[in-house]
Amino acid sequence: MTQQRDLDQAATKATSPVGSGSLALPELSATGSFRLRKRVVAICVTVLIAVILLSAASGAAGLPVAGVARSMLNLIPGVDLATSLDSRAEAVLFQIRLPRTILGVLVGAALGMAGASFQGVFRNPLADPYLLGVSAGAGFGAVLALGFGLDVGWGPVSAVPAAAFIGAVVAVMASVLVARGSWTSPATLLLSGVAVAALFSAAQTYALQKLDETRAREVLSWLFGRLATSGWEQVLLLLPYVIVCGGLLIMLRRHLDVMRLGDDEARALGLNPARSRFLIITAATLLTAAAVAVSGLIAFVGLVVPHLVRLLTSHSYRVIVPLSALVGGSFMALVDIGARTVVAPAELPVGIITAFVGAPFFALVLRRSRRGA
Amino acid sequence: MSANPVLTDTLALTCRDVTVSYGDKTAVAGVDLDLYAGEWLAVLGPNGAGKSTLLHTIAGLGKHTGTVTMPDGRAPSATDIAVMPQNPLLPEGMSVVEYVLLGRTAHLGWLARESQRDHRIVDSVLHRLGLADFAQREVVGLSGGEAQRVVVARSLAQQTSILALDEPTSALDLGHQVQVLELVDDLRRRDGLTVLAAMHDLTTAARFADRLLLMRHGKVVAIGSPEEVLQPEILSDVYETPLTVRKLDGEYVVLPAPRSARHPEDRPAGLP
Repeated sequence: MTQQRDLDQAATKATSPVGSGSLALPELSATGSFRLRKRVVAICVTVLIAVILLSAASGAAGLPVAGVARSMLNLIPGVDLATSLDSRAEAVLFQIRLPRTILGVLVGAALGMAGASFQGVFRNPLADPYLLGVSAGAGFGAVLALGFGLDVGWGPVSAVPAAAFIGAVVAVMASVLVARGSWTSPATLLLSGVAVAALFSAAQTYALQKLDETRAREVLSWLFGRLATSGWEQVLLLLPYVIVCGGLLIMLRRHLDVMRLGDDEARALGLNPARSRFLIITAATLLTAAAVAVSGLIAFVGLVVPHLVRLLTSHSYRVIVPLSALVGGSFMALVDIGARTVVAPAELPVGIITAFVGAPFFALVLRRSRRGA
Repeated sequence: MSANPVLTDTLALTCRDVTVSYGDKTAVAGVDLDLYAGEWLAVLGPNGAGKSTLLHTIAGLGKHTGTVTMPDGRAPSATDIAVMPQNPLLPEGMSVVEYVLLGRTAHLGWLARESQRDHRIVDSVLHRLGLADFAQREVVGLSGGEAQRVVVARSLAQQTSILALDEPTSALDLGHQVQVLELVDDLRRRDGLTVLAAMHDLTTAARFADRLLLMRHGKVVAIGSPEEVLQPEILSDVYETPLTVRKLDGEYVVLPAPRSARHPEDRPAGLP
């Protein structure tokens, strides 16, 4: 112990270098990719607010953006601005537009954070939130719920989201069991995830085949991903997961940077990678399952958003995880504007547009960054 | 114990009957070891002798039977032993200062971030190792020698009393090997660190280490000063090839035995 203390002293002593007296050393660690820059966060938050306003204003009955902003500011206690929206317009805003916009933001944030975390724990850039069978499990659950005519719902929870959530969690647990809970071997987990996903997909396809056409159509629209809301119900279902699980992922994001050195070195540095991986996968899975339960299978967001953030800012998960929440939210809300307006009055499944918009955009950013590198 | 050039008689770490098995294969078989504070102990032996496994087990990184204890009776952790890996994984987009900062992991609370103190320690380590100009460089672009220096910095930032080197220089050319080892030796002497190093090269080991531990099939064959351990008979037996030991300017040099001294049937056919 005395030796430890001596070491401590030695390190502190070394802060004033030999021969330079009391001259302070230039600080080296003040900058770098670990740093979540305030300016970048401010830009992302501004974009998010702009997208929310735009999304709330656009739709079948166009609302003026300024009026939308004023009416929303009026929600803050103590603020009372004159708004150009009449009560009918405000009802549209607060009961239809805003819930849907906020749901989009939450789903995008959830998938963005979960995707970033999965890429971190698996040290695999191709990882996405659906990796361990979340999508296949949720799909199977939803098909079963609809197939058994459970889509009536009870209380605040309707059957499809509940079944999808349970299906997703069961599938991930199955993946972990197949991998014999080997939290130390991401490759094993990943492969067992592939196997379990294939199994659940097959079961889902089989069950889908047994449904009549109307129900099958409903299942398919769910599978494509949609942001359909009835008031604030879906938002309230998802919000606790985003706060608790998303909060945990943000708090543990430093661990992901240690794990970039590989499990052996992470352990030598004093991190327990198996425990961190268990916690992060659990949180990311619950987050993804909750998002999928309310919005169906929205493709590509969980994969593309973390990459976008990585290419534009930093390779550090300290930056990627929180920014993926902000960028994912903006991306999702933006895409949803398209889903609602492109073929109005009909609607496109938002999951199709995320892939349509996300893939070329991603390719472009990838090309640009490769050229720059 | 006068022949034993151990610098102090204060224990840094004790191993008793340490055994590591994978299935029915035994990698380390009942090793007893007293590591003294301030010494450089080199762990030697042919490939597969269990050098790396022993090192990692002592650092608390593997399942084992028997005991590894620090002087106060605890099992060692990442705040006691820093491991310098054989092939460090250098992540893309990570700067030198960030990489070294990861050495502070064991000192951080679970959800905590690095404090000013952690940053200060990293800064001082970088200045000390002459890496200040490198601080913002990406680790990916570093040469082998530079990278190994950065790994030394990371281990120092870990502020442990023991440094465990896992064949840290096997990927480096001769010049850089010596530079890195001299750096470690210098730090050991200045900071009173204890060095435990799995090493391949017997001559280099004899030059840097106070004591040598020779392993074979997971067992300790010999332990002691270079003079005691570097016996041609012992080495030739352990490495299963005739070896000779010369003394050059007071230092031991281990060489393959001259070909003429080997069994004639070892010679390739057709050669005189």
